[in-house]
Formats: sequence, structure tokens, C-alpha cells
Amino acid sequence: MQTERVERATKASRIAAVAIVPFLAVLASLPWWGDSGDMRLVGEMAYYLALAQLWNLLAGYAGLASVGQQAYVGLGGYAFFYMTGVLNINVYPAFILAGLFAGLMSIPVSFAVFRLRGAYFAIGTWVVSEVFALSASLITVMGGGAGTSLTPAILREISANRSSRETIIYFATLASSIIVCAVVYFLLRSRHGLALTAIRDSEPASASLGVNTFRTKLLIYVATAACTGLIGGLIFLQKLRISPEAGFSLNDWTVVVIFMVVIGGIGTIEGPFVGLIVYFVLREFLADYGSIYLIFMGALAIGVMLLAPAGIWGFVLQRYGLQLFPIQRRLVVVS
Amino acid sequence: MTLLQTNNLSAFYGDFQALFGVDVTIDEGEAVAIIGANGAGKTTLLRSVAGALPVTRDSVQFDGVPIGGRSAHDLVLLGIAMVPEGRRLFPSLTVEENLLLGGHSKRAGAWNLKRIYDLFPRLYDLRRMPAPTLSGGQQQMAAIGRALMSNPRLLLCDELSLGLAPVVIRDIYASLPVIAAERTAVVLVEQDINRALDATSRFYCLLEGRLKLTELSKHFDRAAITAAYFGL
Amino acid sequence: MEWLNILIQGCLLGGIYALFAIGLSLSFGIMRLVNIAHGDLIILSAYAALVVTQQTGLDPISSLVIVVPVMFGLGYAVQRGLLNFTLTGGLLPPLLVTFGISIIIQNGLLQVFGAYTRRLQEGAIETASLQLPGGISVGVYPLIVFVVALVSVGSLQLLFYRTGIGRAFRAVSDDADTAELMGIDNRKLYALALGIAMIFTAIAGVLFAIRTIFDPSSGPIRLILAFEAVIIGGLGNIWGTLAGGVLLGVSQAIGAALSPTWQILAGHIAFLIVLIVRPSGLFPRTRD
Repeated sequence: MQTERVERATKASRIAAVAIVPFLAVLASLPWWGDSGDMRLVGEMAYYLALAQLWNLLAGYAGLASVGQQAYVGLGGYAFFYMTGVLNINVYPAFILAGLFAGLMSIPVSFAVFRLRGAYFAIGTWVVSEVFALSASLITVMGGGAGTSLTPAILREISANRSSRETIIYFATLASSIIVCAVVYFLLRSRHGLALTAIRDSEPASASLGVNTFRTKLLIYVATAACTGLIGGLIFLQKLRISPEAGFSLNDWTVVVIFMVVIGGIGTIEGPFVGLIVYFVLREFLADYGSIYLIFMGALAIGVMLLAPAGIWGFVLQRYGLQLFPIQRRLVVVS
Repeated sequence: MTLLQTNNLSAFYGDFQALFGVDVTIDEGEAVAIIGANGAGKTTLLRSVAGALPVTRDSVQFDGVPIGGRSAHDLVLLGIAMVPEGRRLFPSLTVEENLLLGGHSKRAGAWNLKRIYDLFPRLYDLRRMPAPTLSGGQQQMAAIGRALMSNPRLLLCDELSLGLAPVVIRDIYASLPVIAAERTAVVLVEQDINRALDATSRFYCLLEGRLKLTELSKHFDRAAITAAYFGL
Repeated sequence: MEWLNILIQGCLLGGIYALFAIGLSLSFGIMRLVNIAHGDLIILSAYAALVVTQQTGLDPISSLVIVVPVMFGLGYAVQRGLLNFTLTGGLLPPLLVTFGISIIIQNGLLQVFGAYTRRLQEGAIETASLQLPGGISVGVYPLIVFVVALVSVGSLQLLFYRTGIGRAFRAVSDDADTAELMGIDNRKLYALALGIAMIFTAIAGVLFAIRTIFDPSSGPIRLILAFEAVIIGGLGNIWGTLAGGVLLGVSQAIGAALSPTWQILAGHIAFLIVLIVRPSGLFPRTRD
């Protein structure tokens, strides 16, 4: 008599699952052998990875190619500054609340932008972000167009000592990034993830099978906005000040993120990791030549889209079937 | 004089194979029918010949020249025109504009706007109307006229009678002899076997992408066709 | 009277917005392509005019004689050589490729020209004004821009409805597959479409840069304004795009009258309202 089992793990993923532990341990120990600059760099990589996974979830899985996620980075950042600076809420709960605020704001936004499709949806989300940026510049208590800074009192809530403060912020960033990646991974492994893949492949077909496409997409949009807002709070805590231009910067929070996901491999969890490495390598090597590395990334993104639309990891996946974060289920017959 | 020849023609929609090594020959000025059930590959065959589907170079020959895989607009210049399934007139254009569009390739020949209106007088009255306002039969006439404007040597007609009343179908088929008089070869894809066989000298019957039967139309044997059509 | 003045200023402002929007409307109407680099191409035209005026001593409007053909050629080449290959892959390739082009143009301009703001100088006409009855003063230059927008839209209508090539454009926009079957080479037609779009984009870029300062990063906001005008007016209708531009201009003029910092925001809000209440725009024509 045959029995069947549904399996997900691949040989490569089992290796990866084991190898990741010492890697994370190395990262966690950074405060003891690295300096502030190292922690800031790894922290930056961590939050960009989180933003990339979130955008990948939104665009690569839910099919919502938003060019306006910077709205939630800015909203999260501003909410954090407002809550700690004006409402005098403690730093730690302020993070969570900032994320929740961003998530909440995404609900009315979705009413406007979900009416649009494709590139029109993209530009619509961008316009919404511009509206938030302009509105932020009109709020005088937050410094208007010039922005505002965190006060030393707020920073002292984390720690009076600068070095331990940097360490705490570093761990918070690392932890948030790991949590976001884990949430995205487990979400995609769940039946919601299956629904998303179905929607991505064919919205009408999945709707006819009973998948509530609107509600699924809305859930993903709001969840992504909330997480992005949380990350936004973290980003600007590290930067110590926020302004409308920085908070809602298309270039910093969307262009770079989209490039990472597209070049790395959209629609795969491994893709953003690859794209992250490509971006930081390019940035470090071409740093002396001004913004040439952005031109490079633009050309690379165009080349990828035309020649290898699945990105670097997508190519690897097609060629070698290598999966480190497997989501697909396979039927295995065990007789 | 062989005008069109397919050699072991196979066609795919992505991974799905729709035609399996089909050999068809059309002579100059001939009228040939291609019959078969839904999904037999009739439209696929037409689209492969018309350049709308990618096929290997040698699998289609026109006037002895391999044309497989060449783009549709190139083939119009060579003299292959299509009356697509469902008419597919351009909704933003008037009837006359649709006809003029058919002449985009500016191929020389006997057909021009005036002659099309002579063939289908009703179209002249409707010439300034937006295409979607026409009835099914009128649209079919306009679609045929549009294809004729490119002065084709080979006219591919996909399901002329689809969704039309018998009286209307009769009128449309009445135009075929006029077309044939210009030495234009006509390929008729139809599900209505009787009409198709009446209007043609030979027929091919397809089943699930394969050629099952070919005969002279006048040697029409109901039993043989039924067997080939339904695969019994 | 104050309201009439706002209305007039808004209408005239709408002229430049309509000019911004024409190129976007064309490429969407014919190719279903939303060109994210559109705003940057407007700015690129302005920089091209800057170079031409500096090298030849021509005034900006005369420089159009050189800038327009160059931008036409650029549009033709980009569509033929690059964008034509993105049209079949779904929604992401055209979006991301034009996005990439946008980033390349912005940073390329930054590398070549630096971040300094520039302006094109046309001379006295920039500040000349007409006095209308009722004490309303109308700038001559905005009036010229509005007339150019009117003529542009009118000439495009003529092109689309009175010429063979216009007929071909409409056919391709309706049904690209059947158009191919009728002998139309879609690839060439798309390239021509973007080339024509670039003619108006170039005109828009030069006219805009005479009155407004610009720098390499001025592109994105122009894209947004063009986009808003197209959406408000309704897709697939060139006159609608003009109407959309005017409505956007009027909204902004009303906002500016309340407070100068509210100008752009007022336009965004008007756009969002139209989006929520009538998503297909005010005079839509395209089926999707």
C-alpha cells in the first residue's frame, strides 16, 4: 500500500537552514568586534533587506507593483517622531504604534489606488506618497519643510550611553529584519501564500476558485504598509532627524528597493538577498564616481527585465532548481 | 500551379501542440474547405499560414518560397489575407475606414473601394457608420471587403457563417464566385459542412490537430466525413 | 472678478499641463505603455535646448528646430530598440524598463550638468502681459503656451481622423493582432508613435523651461502632473487630455489662491477625488 507525504524542504534548503545559524551568530556578535560604521552598514543592509522582502511580497506575489511604498516609510518615521517628541510616548511602544499608524493610513489609500491597474496603479501610489510628503511639509509642529530632530531625552530612553545605544538599535534593526523575513516566508508557505501565488498567476481563475482576491490583496497591502512603517521608524531613529524630502524619498526607499528585487529575482524569497548583495557591492565599488552606480543599476535592471526577467535568482532557480527557502509543496510517494 | 503548400506543419501555443505534421496543398484560384470540430486546429492552421503563429521556416511554402515564421504584415505584402474568426473589425473606425485600412499595404490588383461597394452594395450605404453598429452579416461582408482590399492571391476565411442566419450566409457565399473570378485562391474554414462543400472543389478534415481525410468535395461521403470529423 | 482671474490663470496653466500630458496620452492610447520616464524626457528636452542655445546662440523657441527632430529620433529609437520588446511580457517589464530609463536619464543629466538649477531665457515675452477688461491681467507667454496646446491637440486630432497613418494608429490601438493581419508593421508604428509623442514632449519641455527653473531631478513631478491630467481627462481622448490639463490647472490655481504652498497639493487632491468618484476620467474613450 502506498502512502503519500507532502514535502517542502529540499536538500539545499536543509543545508541553508543549518548554515544560517552560524551566520546569524556572526552578525549578532558584530558589536564586539566591529565599530559604529560596521554596525551602521550592516543595519542598513538589514533594513533594506526587510524593505525588499516586503516589496517583493507586494509586487512579486500579490501583483501590486507599488511605486509609493516610500509613503509608509515616511509615515512610520513621522509617526515615531511625533509620538516620542510631541506625545512623549516611550520609544519602544512608539515603534509598534508607528507601524500600526502606517498600516491604518494604508486603508483609505487602498480605496483610491485599488481602482487602478498596472502602471496606473504604480503612479497612483506615487501620487499618494507625494500628497503625504506635501502634507508633512505643512505640519509646523514637525518642522514643516525643514523637518525635525530627535531630542537627546528621547535617545536617553534607549540608553544614556552612546555605544550601548548603537548596539541596542543595531540589534533592534537586525531583529526586525529577521522577523520581517520570517513573517514573509511563513506567510508564503501558508495557504494565504498559495492564494497569492494563484492570484499572481491568474486573478480571474483564482477568483473563480473561491479565492477572495480583493480581501487577500488588501490584507497584504495593509500588512506590508504596517511593517514598512515600523522599519521607517527604525530608519529615522538611526538618522536622528526626519524631513519630508528624506522621509518620503522615492530614490532612497523605492528606487533602490525595486532595483534590488528585480535584479535579484522578483517573486522568489532568495531574490532580495541576491539583489541586496549586488546593490551594496556596486555602491561600495563605484562610490567614488558620484551617482554612476545608479546609472549602472538602471541599465542592469533594464537588461534583466529584457533578457532574464526572473532575475539572477530566477535564472538559478530555472537552471538548477535550487531553493533555499522553499515554498512549493511536493507530493512524495512513500511505499 | 501550386500556390500554397504546408510540409509537416506543426504549431504550438506555448507548450501545447495544436497541429501535428499537417500537409495541405492549395492551387492558384482553387477553393478549398477545411472542416473539423471545435479545437480541431482549423484556425491554428490558418493563423500559421497567415504569419500569426511562429512555425518553422520550411513548413509553409508560398509560390515555392518558404515563408514559415515570417510576420503577418510581410505576408500581406506577398498576397496572403485573412478574414479572421469573429470578423474583428476595428471598432473605432467606420466601415469605409476599415476597408481603407485593408488597403494599407497598397498591393496592386483588381480590388478597390468602388469594386468592394459593387460587390456588397449595402456597405456603401453604411460606409460612414462605426463598425460596431453593423449587423453580424454586414460586419462579415465588411471583413471580407477589408481583406480583399489588399488584393490577395490567397484569401483565408475563418468561420464566415459563425452566428449568422442562413439567409445572410447565402448572401455572403454568393460573393465567393466573384472573388474566385479574380484567380484568388480561397480557403474556407467552416463548421457548417454543407455550405463549405458546395462552395469548394476539395476539402480537408482535421481532428485534434491531425489531418484525417481529404477528398474532392463532390465525392462527399457522409459516413467517411462523420468518422473523420468525430474520430469514430 | 477675483474668481474669474483664478479661472483664467488656471486655464492658462492647464495649457502647459496639457502639453506635458499629450506624449503620455499618445503612448498609452496606442501602445498601452505608461512611460515612467516621460517627465525625465521633458527635462531632457529642456537640457537639449540649453545646449543648443549655448552652442548656437539661438533663442530657446528657435532651438526647437533642432531639439524636436532630435527628440523624435530618440523616441523612435528607444521604442524600436528597447520598449517594443517589453510590450508582451505582462505589466512589470514596461514599468521597470521605463523606470530604469528614468533613473538613467536623471543621473546622467546630474553627472553631465550638475545639480544647479537652470532656466532658458526667451526675453521680454516672458513677462509681457495683456490687459483685459475688468482689470484682469493675462500673461502673453502663458497665452502663447495655451494656444500651442490647442494647436497641438487639434493637429493630433487631424492626424488621427483625417490621415491614413492616423487610421493605422487607431486600428493598432483597437486590436494590434488584427492590425498585423491587415499588413501593418506594429513595431514601426509604435516607434513612430513614440517619436510623435516626443515631438510634443520636446515642445513642452522647452516652453516649460523658459518660465520655470529646472534641474536633473525635475522630471518626476512633471510625470505626475501629466499623469494627473490624463486621468482626470479620461484615457484615450486627446481633447479629454486638454480638458484634464485645464481642470488640473484650475484646481491648482484655486489652491494657490488659498495659500501658495497649497498649489501642487490642491492638484493632487483634485486628482484623487476624480479617481475615487469617476475612475475612468471625465471623457474616457479607450477600452482596456
